[in-house]
Amino acid sequence: MTTDLDALRDRLVSAVEEAADLAALEDLRISALGKKGEITAHMKQLGGMDPEQRKQMGQALNQVKAHVAKALDARKAVLENADLEKRLAEERVDVTLPVAPEPVGSVHPISQTIDELTAIFSDMGFTVAEGPDIEDDFHNFDALNIPPEHPARQEHDTFYLPPVTEDQAHMVLRTHTSPVQIRTMMGQKPPIRVICPGRTYRADYDATHSPNFHQVEGLVIDKATHMGHLKGCLIEFCKAYFEVEDVPVRFRASHFPFTEPSAEMDIGYAKRDGQIKIGAGDDWLEIVGCGMVHPKVLRNCGLDPDVYQGFAFGMGIERIAMLKYGIPDLRTFYEADVRWLRHYGFAGLDIPNLYEGLSR
Amino acid sequence: MKFTLSWLKDHLETDADLDMICERLTMIGLELESLDNRAEKLAPFIIAEVTAAEKHPDADKLRVCMVNTGQETLQVVCGAPNARAGMKAVFAPVGTFVPGLEITLKKGVIRGVESNGMMCSESELELSDEHDGIIDVPADAPVGVSYAAWAGLDDVMIEVAITPNRGDALGVRGIARDLAATGLGTLKPLPIPEVPTSVDSPLTVRHALPEEQKTISPLFVGRYFKNVKNGPSPDWLQERLRAIGLRPISALVDITNYISYDLGRPLHVFDADKLDRGIVVRLAEEGESLKALDEKEYCLDSSMVAIADESKILGIGGIMGGEDSGCVDETQNVFLEVALFDPIVTAQTGRKLNIQSDARYRFERGVDPAFVFDGAAVASHMILDLCGGEASALVVSGEEPAWQRTVTLRGDRIKALTGMDLPLATQKETLECLGYHVHEAEGGLVAQVPSFRTDVQGEADLIEEIARIYGYDHLKEEALPRLHVIGKPTRTPLQCRLSSVRRHLAMRGLHEVVTFSFMSSDYTALFGGDHAGLKLINPISSDLDEMRPSILPNLLLAAQRNADRGQTELSLFEIGPQFTGARPEDQTLAASVIRLGQTGPRHWAVKPQAVDVFTAKADAMAALAACDAPVDKLQITTDAPSWYHPGRSGVLRLGPKIMGTFGELHPAVLKKLGIKGPTVGCEIFPSAVPFPKAKGTKTRPGLELSALQPVSRDFAFLVAEEVPAEKFIKAAKGADKSLITDVSIFDIYMGKGMEPGQKSVALAITLSPKQKTLTDEDIEAVCSKVIANVTKQTGASLRG
Repeated sequence: MTTDLDALRDRLVSAVEEAADLAALEDLRISALGKKGEITAHMKQLGGMDPEQRKQMGQALNQVKAHVAKALDARKAVLENADLEKRLAEERVDVTLPVAPEPVGSVHPISQTIDELTAIFSDMGFTVAEGPDIEDDFHNFDALNIPPEHPARQEHDTFYLPPVTEDQAHMVLRTHTSPVQIRTMMGQKPPIRVICPGRTYRADYDATHSPNFHQVEGLVIDKATHMGHLKGCLIEFCKAYFEVEDVPVRFRASHFPFTEPSAEMDIGYAKRDGQIKIGAGDDWLEIVGCGMVHPKVLRNCGLDPDVYQGFAFGMGIERIAMLKYGIPDLRTFYEADVRWLRHYGFAGLDIPNLYEGLSR
Repeated sequence: MKFTLSWLKDHLETDADLDMICERLTMIGLELESLDNRAEKLAPFIIAEVTAAEKHPDADKLRVCMVNTGQETLQVVCGAPNARAGMKAVFAPVGTFVPGLEITLKKGVIRGVESNGMMCSESELELSDEHDGIIDVPADAPVGVSYAAWAGLDDVMIEVAITPNRGDALGVRGIARDLAATGLGTLKPLPIPEVPTSVDSPLTVRHALPEEQKTISPLFVGRYFKNVKNGPSPDWLQERLRAIGLRPISALVDITNYISYDLGRPLHVFDADKLDRGIVVRLAEEGESLKALDEKEYCLDSSMVAIADESKILGIGGIMGGEDSGCVDETQNVFLEVALFDPIVTAQTGRKLNIQSDARYRFERGVDPAFVFDGAAVASHMILDLCGGEASALVVSGEEPAWQRTVTLRGDRIKALTGMDLPLATQKETLECLGYHVHEAEGGLVAQVPSFRTDVQGEADLIEEIARIYGYDHLKEEALPRLHVIGKPTRTPLQCRLSSVRRHLAMRGLHEVVTFSFMSSDYTALFGGDHAGLKLINPISSDLDEMRPSILPNLLLAAQRNADRGQTELSLFEIGPQFTGARPEDQTLAASVIRLGQTGPRHWAVKPQAVDVFTAKADAMAALAACDAPVDKLQITTDAPSWYHPGRSGVLRLGPKIMGTFGELHPAVLKKLGIKGPTVGCEIFPSAVPFPKAKGTKTRPGLELSALQPVSRDFAFLVAEEVPAEKFIKAAKGADKSLITDVSIFDIYMGKGMEPGQKSVALAITLSPKQKTLTDEDIEAVCSKVIANVTKQTGASLRG
């Protein structure tokens, strides 16, 4: 009897192992274990046996059943896996196809440079002040100790606009951001530490001049700040801005009507392969005009020069951006050429700060 | 201001070398602009003898010369017509850089004949414009030595930038004085010669200025010279003038130019025989005209000083003499003018007439008022010396203006203002070297300002004098003391907002640009401009003649320029000023965006579309969100400005206040600007968005998360086409503000199957229960309310 069962088991198992697909396997399962299956039929005969025989036969049948069921499961897994592999093979796509482009914009180098300046001067306690682009003579010239016929006034190449009211003089497009300094001193009590970045205008247009450009000026007014602080502040600025350990600087005498004493600061650079390298070599580049605020300017703003003193400085934003980032032509800043913007612009999330370093 | 090293050394006794002098000039505020070191530049050019000159076998105009350089004899092919055997010439061997040609000589073969170097003309050495032939060196010149050194042409030309305050440094002597004060040498004394007088002046001088305007030309000193002999000035004088870029004219004229540069004292010489009776210093008559020495005709007005005689105008005071009364080679009798003119009047006159001259340049920066008589003596001596003749006594009208003033320098001020700790004695010595008379008083100094320093007015000026001469390299740098241990925010809320908008827009794929604040007035009217008060009086070009009323036109033109270069999908923005008038409050800040073309490049998976009003609206909403505007509370009206498409544009408002505008640009505007292709834009006004009140706490309200599933229901309504979608959303939301957390429109349909003028609007609402799971009845109740609200408020009917 057990040899019959062994034969049954072997036959069923080998049939299972040879099942070609899941449908055939299911047919086999039904023919073996289904209600009318072979093993089920044997099971049904157990009822007519004596207890001893039933027990023996029952155990043997259960073993056969388990064996076949296990074979069915194993075969099912193999067939399912083959099916999945087949499906996956059919689902293959060309993964080298390019994805849809994400739109990539940029921040203009002038904005980025103003952000860099702000990060540096913020750390030195400066706030950012702004003012109107269209100014009157008082704020742009008179208050700054630049009298009407002074040659310095003529050197400004001022743009003029008609007077606002008939009894007034013409208006001007501010030739520097110094009027913001005047407005700051007239509007707030010392101590003052501000930088004034913004648009400025001069009637000059050639390879190195743009009729509309940007300046940043700085102003410190209190009771103790002297020219040594000015020099220290500017040297620290240069090191931070150009992101170099050390910058050779040359601080030399100059003249501006609104500062006395006045100075200009040059930084050392070398030109290698047409690229400017800041902080090396022994050529000098002028980058900033500065000085101690003229007593007349303080007085014009209602501050007593015997009590208050301080410094002011100014520099061209495009100029320092050109130096830092190797941008060769001033005029390209305003041409809005997207090829230039992609090349010299900055990513939106590339926000200058001191803890990560100003620029990537 | 140009001069030469040897000229400087006429006034400055010094052992310092050129580098040191140049460095010092720059440090004290007389910045070195350029240097022409002829000694160095011309060193390789030597005197050589031409021993033979034969015609070139293959060229009529060339000669094959044998040149003895003192070391060897070389064959040189030369094209100069004056090249001949026996002459001495200036020879440049192979390897020499020739400045006038900007080339370095190489060994060459010219029409088959070898040539080893070159014989040079004056222009090739940049000595003059002469290039017709090679330099013919005198026969007695030694062969083999440097030509420049032998001819005395090896002076160094130095050019410095003079700041407008330093009229005194517009003479070589003033520069020497500054250098001497730094310890670089000593200032040589300037001898004032005695002028022998032996004739009487037949010419008089008188002032005829209105009493109240006498100060505009307070002093005129003249001198008559009889029987002078004009002609070319001596070589040394011509050389110096040429070295600084002036053309030698004649001895008399050269003397005036020389003294102008040497001592900063402008002069004029008249041909005395062309003058009627004498000089009259008066105001010009309105419309009076003069042909000046620059051969141009000038029309004067009554604000200008005329130098005239008793019958006619002779010159423009302080600026330029007239051609008719000037000295020529034949001039025999001369009248010298040494006068003073007011800086402001001189500047105004010069500007009005648009004349530049060395005299104007000096008078408007301040000429030494105490150097009129001495200046006349120096000039007279030089005229007698170079031109002979006899001089009269000085003919004087007016008087030297009072220039004497003292300035007090408190003892502690240099330290306080510069941080430099300088002994009082050093301060005093420096000022004295610069020409001040100084005495100590009350722990400080009292300085009498020298006559030539018209710029020095106050204590700060003295501080600058001492500091710059001592040297700013001695300034000890100090760190600014920190105001706070940890820094405070330094940007205003508006500045933060602009930064946020900028970076959000850049992340949306837009390129930030910076365009000019002005634009062409041809287009301003299209954007609400054309404002007389915003038209530049002196524009740099007609393209840039009016302040922009909007940033959009500059962006549009920029986009089109890019499109013309083959760029596509242009997305640009600018944050900057725009103007409705010239007062500060008429300047508004806008963040403006334009997009031109498709939403993206063609792609196999994502099909781009033409940009449309909703592209612009999305940009506007994103920019406003970046400004922290309450975007869910904004209203949209359809009254956008005229530069937008009237049916495809909108205005974003918060109450009555306009936060921004958006839309497709008006086709007529685009056509006028020459813009091709679909173009949309928006303008956002970041300062119009209300600033939130400063909060006392940064704590956020507690987060309540519901464990219950949200439920979604869809509706379709039929409604008249013109009913805005916004109304549906509001009506649906209003049905139950706490339960309905989202309303979206997921389909709009018009056309086939619909009645004309009708549209179908499909809404999805999301219900988010918070306390208990919604029953079918609960949901049914809310849905009924949504339908009721929508039908009531929009006139729609539920689609069956």
